Amino acid sequence: MFQTRIHGRGGQGVVTAAEMLSVAAFDEGLHAQAFPSFGSERMGAPVVAFCRIDDREIRVREPIVEPDALIVQDATLLHQVDLFAGLRPDGYILINSARDFGELGVGELTSRFRRERLLTVPATEIAMRHIGRPIPNTVLLAGFCAMSGVVSLTALEAAVRERFPAELAEANVAAARESHAWVSAEMRELAHAPSD
Amino acid sequence: MRRQIEGARGVAETVAACRPHVICAYPITPQTHIVEGLGAMVKAGGLAPCEFVNVESEFAAMSVAIGASAAGARAYTATASQGLLFMCEALYNASGLGLPIVMTVANRAIGAPINIWNDHSDSMSQRDSGWIQLYAETNQEAMDLHVQAFRLAEELSVPVMVCMDGFVLTHAVEPLEVPAQAGVDAFLPPFAPRQVLDPDDPVTIGAMVGPEAFTEVRYLAFHRQMEALRRIPEIAAEFAAAFGRDSGGLLHSYRCDDAETIVLAMGSVLGTLKDTVDELRDEGVAVGVVGLTSFRPFPMAAVREALKGAERVIVLERAFAVGVGGIVSADVHTALAGLAQRRHTVIAGLGGRAVTRASLRAVLADAGANRLESLRFLDLDVALVDRELARVRAHPRSGPAAENILRDIGAVAARPH
Repeated sequence: MFQTRIHGRGGQGVVTAAEMLSVAAFDEGLHAQAFPSFGSERMGAPVVAFCRIDDREIRVREPIVEPDALIVQDATLLHQVDLFAGLRPDGYILINSARDFGELGVGELTSRFRRERLLTVPATEIAMRHIGRPIPNTVLLAGFCAMSGVVSLTALEAAVRERFPAELAEANVAAARESHAWVSAEMRELAHAPSD
Repeated sequence: MRRQIEGARGVAETVAACRPHVICAYPITPQTHIVEGLGAMVKAGGLAPCEFVNVESEFAAMSVAIGASAAGARAYTATASQGLLFMCEALYNASGLGLPIVMTVANRAIGAPINIWNDHSDSMSQRDSGWIQLYAETNQEAMDLHVQAFRLAEELSVPVMVCMDGFVLTHAVEPLEVPAQAGVDAFLPPFAPRQVLDPDDPVTIGAMVGPEAFTEVRYLAFHRQMEALRRIPEIAAEFAAAFGRDSGGLLHSYRCDDAETIVLAMGSVLGTLKDTVDELRDEGVAVGVVGLTSFRPFPMAAVREALKGAERVIVLERAFAVGVGGIVSADVHTALAGLAQRRHTVIAGLGGRAVTRASLRAVLADAGANRLESLRFLDLDVALVDRELARVRAHPRSGPAAENILRDIGAVAARPH
């Protein structure tokens, strides 16, 4: 089972992101379960959503306490909520930011986790360019597809088209492609970088 | 065809496939997505001649359902928590009059303290309202139970509540198969009311009944639920034959063969319990699960049969009776009367507290080591409770308990001094 926890703020499409990830996994023939953290959601408040993916039926209903991956849609949460609680040692972290882990003040993570699985992507900027609104969820999911390979970009694009009306869907797909390419390039760079 | 959709959406589409004539509802979390979905379908004309009635309260919602059902309409509504409580008087009228209304309860805690999250306090409070109560383990079962509920309700002329865990099920997105329209049409015949308000053949419904016949009329309500006890498994078997899915019935046993300990529970916690039991079975611990679907009527004989072989029975409940303890437990104990078994009640998952595999494993480990009390509140923060009790002892005016405790855990700012 592959478990992803998505952190963000109300209005950033955190719950929608978990749902779209589950739809993409479903489209690839996998079992998936997406659910929100069930808070009294409001704009700006911290929100958590969860997505489990497995090749068999998912029965468990507890929140994800030991995620394989974290997607952080809002870097201002980094020092407010214990985002990294329970993350598995070989886990993935993708943060929405134009800055790197050191600049974000979480450089120590690079020694605790596998370096090539920790990435940032300027998702809000990419979203603004293509969608015209600071909703980074699709952009991050596409980056996450590139980073983790848990679902394909094709499946994600199908999920996006299923979710949004045509015009908005195409803008999201364009943003997703840029993000996917961006993260793929980052990963190639990390693979060739000398280890420190 | 399976689709990756939200549980509430799946229920809305399933109710639509049951061709209701009247849907009335008042919005309350976490039920809202269901009636929003149905409202949109009615507005788009997909459910004609169904009428969606916007009402001013839950009391009105149930009253409209009563009127609609008495006039021969297939009536549906949904609610939760305080909404169910606000319906209370009308609930007893619906069942007392024998009107086959189907209602979804998206289970949620009852205030005070106000809490929007899941437990079973709401439907448990209407345990004796005369409604049949079926509890869904999964979203698929919740959907399938609605089809069976209309069939059962209309055959016996008795209202049915389909209870599904709020948020945990209603807001979860997963692979679901909405029963196909043709299949539902074949399974659920058109509503042929046992009693109907018809201007061409006038009757009154709702007579005052004095001591001369009240017992008999009430006994008939009991009799109808005993009939339901027989019909529920039959309808589930017919459903399985028609749709190829094992949904509903009185109860389900899981890995109970040779189980020394059996945990009985209702609702979505069963999934987590089954995963926990699989882990423990792999480790050689003889433990099984019984999922109770039909709480009203309570299947005394089936429960006894399912649990009689166990040395230890744990009833895991998402609600409790203040001053007594377990609610489901009381009926389970009656069913098991005379058997030499250790019995425990575990109150878990109140107000949305997650019931985790880790907590369940701890309870089962304690049970195996004979450390489990007859009544335990799962994951109770005893230190937090003791702090408030100490405050109460120390100060004549210790203040509101909920606010004090929230201050202790830092959820609200400390009071300025």
